Order: sequence, then C-alpha cells, then structure tokens
Amino acid sequence: MMELKGKKAIALGDRDGVPGPAIAECLKSAGAEVVFVTTECFV
Amino acid sequence: MDLENQARIKELGEKYGPKELVVVLGSSDPDSAELAAETVTAGDPTYAGPLAGVPLGLPVYHILEPEIKEKIDPKVYEEQVAMMEMVLDVGALTGAVRKMREEHSQL
Repeated sequence: MMELKGKKAIALGDRDGVPGPAIAECLKSAGAEVVFVTTECFV
Repeated sequence: MDLENQARIKELGEKYGPKELVVVLGSSDPDSAELAAETVTAGDPTYAGPLAGVPLGLPVYHILEPEIKEKIDPKVYEEQVAMMEMVLDVGALTGAVRKMREEHSQL
C-alpha cells in the first residue's frame, strides 16, 4: 500500500503536463515533505 | 531527463533511499513518463547523465495514478491537476509509469 504521509517526495513536473509546483501542492496536502520540485521541458 | 535534475535526484536518492523517498511525475506523454520512471529506478537508459548505471530503485508514480490521487486533498487536486487530467491520456501515462515501477522499483 502506497503511503505519502511522512515521506520525502520529489515533484518532477512537465511544462506540457502537470507542472512541478502543482504536484508539490498536491503532495503537501497528502502529508508528504517535498524535498525537490522541478518542471522539465521536453522541446 | 535534465542532467542537473538527475544530479539532484541522485543525491536525494542516495541520502534517503527508496523507503523514505518517492518520485511523482507530471509527464504529458507516455514515452517521457517511461523514460523518467526508468531513470529514477533502473538508471539513465541514455547513459548521458549522473544516473547512468545508478539503479536508485525509488518508488515512482504519475500524479494521475489512483494510488496517489486518492491521498490528495480533493480540493487541491481539483485546483492543481483536474484540468490537465481531462486532456492527458491517463491510461497510457499511468500504464507506462506502473510498468517501470513494477519492473525496477525496490518497493
């Protein structure tokens, strides 16, 4: 069973998908500690 | 994956390990999702970056996967992700990441 609460998390976003900061907000709401946020650009 | 990001993920992966650290992707297409998931589990398949030959084995998920979505505050998910969920190919993206996770994640 996947648990996010209390975990460290990396938010690896995509400029054309879900950006890093949006993932980070979601993970924080689930109780994870976000240790790295980035948004990649695949152009 | 961006080489600087690989370096940072390598550092964090070695510091915390797969029991404490999880990677969540927001990729827009299945190929880039699979590549990113492979890079943080089995190592960089392109052998271009710091994670080449470094199998961190981290648990990796796509933000759209039900296992992740169900743990997020629904209001935050609605604000941050719901619009992209409507336009992205959820099945292909989550399938690509799940495949890599099942093959290469240590957990």
